[in-house]
Amino acid sequence: MSERAAKVPPAEEEQDDDPITDSAAPDAVAETDDAETTTDPVTSGAEAVVRALENAGVEYAFGVQGGAIMPVYDALYDSDIYHVTMAHEQGAAHAADAYGIVSGEPGVCLATSGPGATNLVTGIADADMDSDPMLALTGQVPTEFVGNDAFQETDTTGVTTPVTKDNTFASDSDRVGSDVSEAFALAREGRPGPTLVDLPKDVTNGETDREPDAPTVPDTYQVQERAESDLVAAAAERIENASRPVMLLGGGVIKGEATDACREFAIEHEIPVITTMPGIGAFPEDHELSLEMAGMHGTGYANMAITHCDTLLGIGTRFDDRLTGGIETFAPDAEVIHVDIDPAEISKNIYADYPLVGDAETVVEQLAAAVDESPEATKWRAQCQQWQSDYSMAYDAPEDKPVQPEFVVEALDEATGDRAIVTTGVGQHQMWACQYWTYTEPRTWVSSHGLGAMGYGLPSAIGARLAADDDQEVVCIDGDGSFLMTLQGLSVAVREDLDITVAVLNNEYIGMVRQWQDAFFDGRHSASDYGWMPEFDKLAEAFGAEGFRIDDYDDVADTIDAAIAYDGPSVIDVHIDPDANVYPMVPSGGDNGQFALAEEQL
Amino acid sequence: MKRGLEGPPPEERPTPAGRRNKQGIRIDPEVEATHEPRRTVISALVEHEPGVLSDVSGLFSRRQFNIESLTVGPTEDEDRARITIVVEEPDPGIDQVEKQLRKLVPVIAVRELEPDAMRRELALVKVAAADPAAVSAVADMYDATAVDSSPETATFEITGSRQKIEAAVETFSQFGIREISRTGTTALARGTDRTAAPETTAQPADEATHNETYQTADDD
Repeated sequence: MSERAAKVPPAEEEQDDDPITDSAAPDAVAETDDAETTTDPVTSGAEAVVRALENAGVEYAFGVQGGAIMPVYDALYDSDIYHVTMAHEQGAAHAADAYGIVSGEPGVCLATSGPGATNLVTGIADADMDSDPMLALTGQVPTEFVGNDAFQETDTTGVTTPVTKDNTFASDSDRVGSDVSEAFALAREGRPGPTLVDLPKDVTNGETDREPDAPTVPDTYQVQERAESDLVAAAAERIENASRPVMLLGGGVIKGEATDACREFAIEHEIPVITTMPGIGAFPEDHELSLEMAGMHGTGYANMAITHCDTLLGIGTRFDDRLTGGIETFAPDAEVIHVDIDPAEISKNIYADYPLVGDAETVVEQLAAAVDESPEATKWRAQCQQWQSDYSMAYDAPEDKPVQPEFVVEALDEATGDRAIVTTGVGQHQMWACQYWTYTEPRTWVSSHGLGAMGYGLPSAIGARLAADDDQEVVCIDGDGSFLMTLQGLSVAVREDLDITVAVLNNEYIGMVRQWQDAFFDGRHSASDYGWMPEFDKLAEAFGAEGFRIDDYDDVADTIDAAIAYDGPSVIDVHIDPDANVYPMVPSGGDNGQFALAEEQL
Repeated sequence: MKRGLEGPPPEERPTPAGRRNKQGIRIDPEVEATHEPRRTVISALVEHEPGVLSDVSGLFSRRQFNIESLTVGPTEDEDRARITIVVEEPDPGIDQVEKQLRKLVPVIAVRELEPDAMRRELALVKVAAADPAAVSAVADMYDATAVDSSPETATFEITGSRQKIEAAVETFSQFGIREISRTGTTALARGTDRTAAPETTAQPADEATHNETYQTADDD
């Protein structure tokens, strides 16, 4: 329990003339002339933690209470920050992650020590893989117990070091507010990522009057914004002379707010555009230059184009193995121009002939200024269009078969606006959501890309809902297996009255595993066949959400309309064809150009 | 019902002639070039704070970098420590080691040292002292200093390059080595060359074009 003394009454004069506190504490000045914005001086480490969040502009936090984090929650009780009490810490981390993706500002999650912190780890690792801005605050046992295997003690900074951009063990009540400020700044600056501050209970309970510093990164953290001009000039010349150019837009384009610059550049120079999975939304998929997503389940035309291009302008991408397939056969004829804010991504997986380190928007503008003539690529564009018709994504939907998942995704897209946000779990449903929803805007695609964390869909819909504008629908396209992992989050959605629609593409399988077992394990469905699933519509009703069910094509449009129209959380249990598979498919380590269109081609 | 999508099957599609090697570098299929691992010394200046060493060693194990030794100690500035790492990697791997180290927030500066850098290691070698005169003669050959002696053992301190220590250990082994403890290599750049100093300007972008090839590091 918290032993913190009662709050010091306001209006006590600040006696501390320390310049550090003065520069970071405008409140002391504001207090005298503006009663509306009066803020009490901090009296404890916990209050300094919350003050640091307030100063950083944090509006929402997602978390779960517990012993060691109680002082922070007690300080949060008086704050304007809206705390969403989640059902499980994994959900808190995913919600904060999605909040960060949609808003562009770090999402904040809180958990107590031990199991609270370890339950956050999946969500932190997800944010790390996808470079999403996130700040995690974890309670810790009092400093004197650290190392004694105390109740609910885990070496949280040790556990999270490999999956955070940076983490800190707070050791001083006077410093703890500034530790949080710095962690917030680090989560956002340069290549974003998750940061964590571990908060021992004695540090948060300890007295301090020290206002936190403003959120700034430490001196040892330097970010290069502009690429070297001679390299930009060389890359520009390469683009001008290209005969088979493509642009490959990664998640860094969206995080770097470079979407407009990339669109202008592609359209100005008529360069076909491919996205990675996190790059979905960076370029409108209904544009004639769009080839959509490349990689393991990318479109045939994107994979043909990336395999045969002679110049690859990759922006904000880390050339993940799900994108490249086998390195040996990835864009083997292409000179690679790689734009990335993280120098360590340059030539990590794919050698960069033109390494352009810098902020995506800045560097694309540098390139736009340096490229005088568009490449002569009429034949190439015609070839790309030919591939678009050769490898059409059109699918069979016979009336006498169960509902095909692609049809459901298209119907959901049809029933919602252009800026609707899609979140997903991980598996077949996620790939259908990539392939058959037409994305046109950045920050409308929210998924677990690098980590591939099943259960991401519902909690991320909660975070996305709070970050989204009121006129944006939030749709969670989930799988039955993924939904089952985090569906306790429905209690949060109902309690907070969040308008989200969950469409569970239910095939009673871990479908992607079942698909791989059919292709690579002689159809032996070991532990992938659930054979039985709860009735998700009734389960939703039990939580207090609105439940729907789809069994036939005739139900699809009307049921989706009703679920979307429902003002609050709704769940549609969509019974899809359990034998439906995801194609095209490049097997792990395979050649992108040799993607399979059916199982017998694997 | 047919499963899958329409379109020309894989065998009917054109395939490009080029290839890349395992390091993602485009190659002439006729002369497949590979980068051989080489041993080199990386020096990192870091904030002297708890957890830095574990951050660095964790990075090496997580990213499967091959390291031979890692030493850490204080510097002329009490707020900073220097970590010296001997790695054995191909050029692209050495490049990654440097870049990944630089990403760690408490790391101030990272540099691969020139082959002529000063490298030293210290070893304590405890041998059986059945023949004190012969042991002492070997110790003199390697400028080893006697640190401790007992009726049964003699312990020597040897400082020098890795090769010198290895040679000494091999020679001492004729007497029967009881125990050895070695520190791993520490190193400094020669003359006015700074070993790893904070940058005054931002990192140059062209450092990714690992064109310059250092010779294999020879210890002095």
